[in-house]
Amino acid sequence: MNPFRRSPFVIAATVLVYFFLYAPIVGLILYSFNASRTNVTFEGFIPAYSENVVMDGSLVKSSPCGPFHWYCDLAKNNDVTEAAGNTLTIAFTATIISTIIGTMAALALQRYNFKMKPFSQLSLYIPIVIPEIVMGIGILTLFSQFFGWVNETFNLVGDGRLSLGIATVTMSHIAFMVPFVTLVVQARLQGFDKSYEEAAMDLGANEWTTFRRVTFPMILPGIMSGALLAFTLSLDDFVITFFTNGPGSTTLPIYVYGLLRRIITPQVNALSTVWILVVFFAVLALQILQNRDSKQHS
Amino acid sequence: MTSEFAVEMRDVVKRFITPEGGEIAAVDHVTMQIKNGEFFSMLGSSGCGKTTSLRMVAGFEWTTEGEVYIEGKAMGHTPPFQRKVNTVFQNYALFQHLTVFQNLAFGLEMEGAKEDEIKKRVGHALEMVQLTGMDRRKPKHLSGGQQQRVALARALVKTPDVLLLDEPLGALDLKLRKEMQLELKALQQQLGITFIYVTHDQEEALTMSDRIAVMSNGKVKQMGTPVEIYERPTNKFVADFIGESNFLEGKIKFISKSEARVFVPSLNTELVGMPISEGLVKGEEIVVCIRPEKVRITEKNAINQNMFRGKVANTVYIGADTHVFVDLQGTRLKVWEQNRISRLDPKSFYAVGQEVWLMLMPENTLVLKKD
Amino acid sequence: MLQRLRENKSAQGTLLALPTTVWLFVLLIIPLILTLIVSFGRRSPDGNVIYTFTLDNYIRLFGYSTACPDAQASCYDPLYVNILGRSLSLAFNTTLFVITLAYPLAYFIARAHPKQRNIYLFMVLIPLWTNFVIRVYAWMMLLRKEGAINIIIGWVMNLLNIPFTPFEMLYTPGAVLVGMVYEFLPFMILPIYTSLEKIDVSLYEAAADLGANSIKTFLRVTLPLSMPGVVAGTILVFIPVMGTFIVSDILGGRQVILVGNLIQRQFLDARDPTFGSAASLILMVMTLIVTYFYTRKFGFGEEIVVG
Repeated sequence: MNPFRRSPFVIAATVLVYFFLYAPIVGLILYSFNASRTNVTFEGFIPAYSENVVMDGSLVKSSPCGPFHWYCDLAKNNDVTEAAGNTLTIAFTATIISTIIGTMAALALQRYNFKMKPFSQLSLYIPIVIPEIVMGIGILTLFSQFFGWVNETFNLVGDGRLSLGIATVTMSHIAFMVPFVTLVVQARLQGFDKSYEEAAMDLGANEWTTFRRVTFPMILPGIMSGALLAFTLSLDDFVITFFTNGPGSTTLPIYVYGLLRRIITPQVNALSTVWILVVFFAVLALQILQNRDSKQHS
Repeated sequence: MTSEFAVEMRDVVKRFITPEGGEIAAVDHVTMQIKNGEFFSMLGSSGCGKTTSLRMVAGFEWTTEGEVYIEGKAMGHTPPFQRKVNTVFQNYALFQHLTVFQNLAFGLEMEGAKEDEIKKRVGHALEMVQLTGMDRRKPKHLSGGQQQRVALARALVKTPDVLLLDEPLGALDLKLRKEMQLELKALQQQLGITFIYVTHDQEEALTMSDRIAVMSNGKVKQMGTPVEIYERPTNKFVADFIGESNFLEGKIKFISKSEARVFVPSLNTELVGMPISEGLVKGEEIVVCIRPEKVRITEKNAINQNMFRGKVANTVYIGADTHVFVDLQGTRLKVWEQNRISRLDPKSFYAVGQEVWLMLMPENTLVLKKD
Repeated sequence: MLQRLRENKSAQGTLLALPTTVWLFVLLIIPLILTLIVSFGRRSPDGNVIYTFTLDNYIRLFGYSTACPDAQASCYDPLYVNILGRSLSLAFNTTLFVITLAYPLAYFIARAHPKQRNIYLFMVLIPLWTNFVIRVYAWMMLLRKEGAINIIIGWVMNLLNIPFTPFEMLYTPGAVLVGMVYEFLPFMILPIYTSLEKIDVSLYEAAADLGANSIKTFLRVTLPLSMPGVVAGTILVFIPVMGTFIVSDILGGRQVILVGNLIQRQFLDARDPTFGSAASLILMVMTLIVTYFYTRKFGFGEEIVVG
């Protein structure tokens, strides 16, 4: 019996599931070239260099971008660029902080025994076993109660008042990202043979030099994949952001959600397509990193 | 050299907490004195405490009780990087992200050696282990034997007073292992530094060592030269663990300054002229021990003393020797006969059921206390 | 000082774990405690919290009005109980569908040639990391009356000469189910794949050698050994489905209200954080109970980290 033999049933199911996974995405991309403002039906591609394009009755001026009309439109949309900026600022800041403290925690949990270790380890599982919305409203309650108390106690007024914004979103993102970084790095450390560090110390390196010259370079791929995972989680997050953002800290998912409840133009599809492309390359990078990582340790 | 001993362990105990919360003594009151320039082996099966002892010398573990001395200095909690000993690890622990050269240079950089000095010393060390020209390779692109040599060179390039080797040949195949045994021994003699060698392979220990400590359950069962360990085991454990032995339980009937008479109930007879060892007294329950290759087997009764009649239960041909199993009134003894003549004729073997006589020569037997 | 820290391993560990532990304590554990406290409070007229101890929110959640002195039948309003039940049954159904779809695919990938596996996995990761909101939006476009599904059915019906009028699939419980299954499918594929991939090929050979045919091998060897993956996947799917509100919001309109929507509305529209907190705690307790019994039966696989 060939273990790699696959039954026709499995192959058929696989094709079907992949179709199910990709059909909506392909449709989404297709509609980003739609020559219709309302985007209800597909009215065909926007012709290149057309004189005037009629879109669902409303006249649109000749678009220098041709089929990519909605992408040009998107680039000119200040709300989108601002949301994109917020999303990236939050993701980068939160990734850097959560990677550093998450890696430290992973080292502590994997290498040391200390009193609060069971507590630390257990708290890592909170974001996995508790629905995001529960965390979201909890954090919202914390911030609003705390800010309310501070504002009142110190008589803060106007712009001086503490309120929800980029800082609160970033802090909340870190809270749910750290456990993932820690768990990924911990898994990497589990396979890490302590004798490498002993060898370094044996050869005269002190603890810090050992970490810098041996441990860190060896677990770096693991840390990087943890960081990339955290980064994508932050980019993707909707629920926590939804409850912790404030004026001026709208992220792309929040912005898109807002659009879906109002008028939808193919601009949303153009935005989605750009997003999918970015994700494509990010995941590609992650895969290449992980492959290199696993090869190095096999 | 400030001390007669390169390494000394004085009454060392190492206890670990088990996951269940209990305590086990991995090393239990061990005292060892390892002389300068000696090839010293710790031999025992896994879990006997040999690796833990080595790790306490290296500084990876601290003693629970007792003290480790290196060159006469008490080590206390001195970290590994401040001890003038270096280790060859069982899995080599070569830094995978560094080249062979960088691996060797690592220890020298830690000493603050200059670049040209590092180059010179690394080159010399690679030459010593016959790996010249491999310096730009990554460890994973080397064969197991080559990796082993890199690990050795990485430790030796530091010119340690003592080299600690933790089953360094365990991952190699038999043939390569035998080659490396001789090479290591030659290297040790050439460099004149102390080697402390941990192994579970008794043949390896006997081949290479000046002295061996046989360990079991965290204790040293016997310490001595390979000849002493094999020819004069001081207890049943060592006699059983090193090589093979036949054991006959008995009781001392009579003891003089030079010899003893032993009654063996299972054979319902007495062995006379038995050698004695310290502390044996009349009436004591003991074990008579004889190596299978030292039992004489004949077809006729030549001398009457210490001769026993038995029946051949089985013979096994293993090339250099033939193992004959003989039943003496229900007690089965192993006898090894060297195949000095061609065994092509089936009749040259003892037949199963054949009556034979076994001779236990007093000078080849040992009387040991019961463990 | 440094020497003492060097020897005190416990202090080193505490120090390293401190930032993360404090962060998680402040932003995950304190909020949970706060939610508990608020859920026993009362709403003030301006939508703030009055801290008292009352079980009103819970009583209301379970269908009994606080105006009723006793649990009279006429007073009983199962509105919120129905919402809880709907969320629970949707989570069960979604999980079942997701397992059914994910297993063959995971099996296919695990049995693929090692060099091709990464490509197949990559193809699972792309939809996974495409934003959650965008994925719901994609289904919104497909399920509309003018959407692609209706168009395709129309073509087929036209070919078969069967009269067909496009119908609205959006804003139905079915639309929400499809959206949920689509959203969470990758979370099931990855852990099942991980546990299937770990199975040594020699086990299949041993099963065949002992006389098991491929169906028996699957039932007796493959399936039991892949259970940790199914368990991990179930946790990764069931819990978020219970709490998600976007899918039902966008694909269900006002027709399909789940606990998530209830909580969200209490915080943003109805401005009753105390009732929202109570609902949120009930949600948490429900997921914890299901997870507890489920993992107690099947164990808690390490696959969860991989997924």
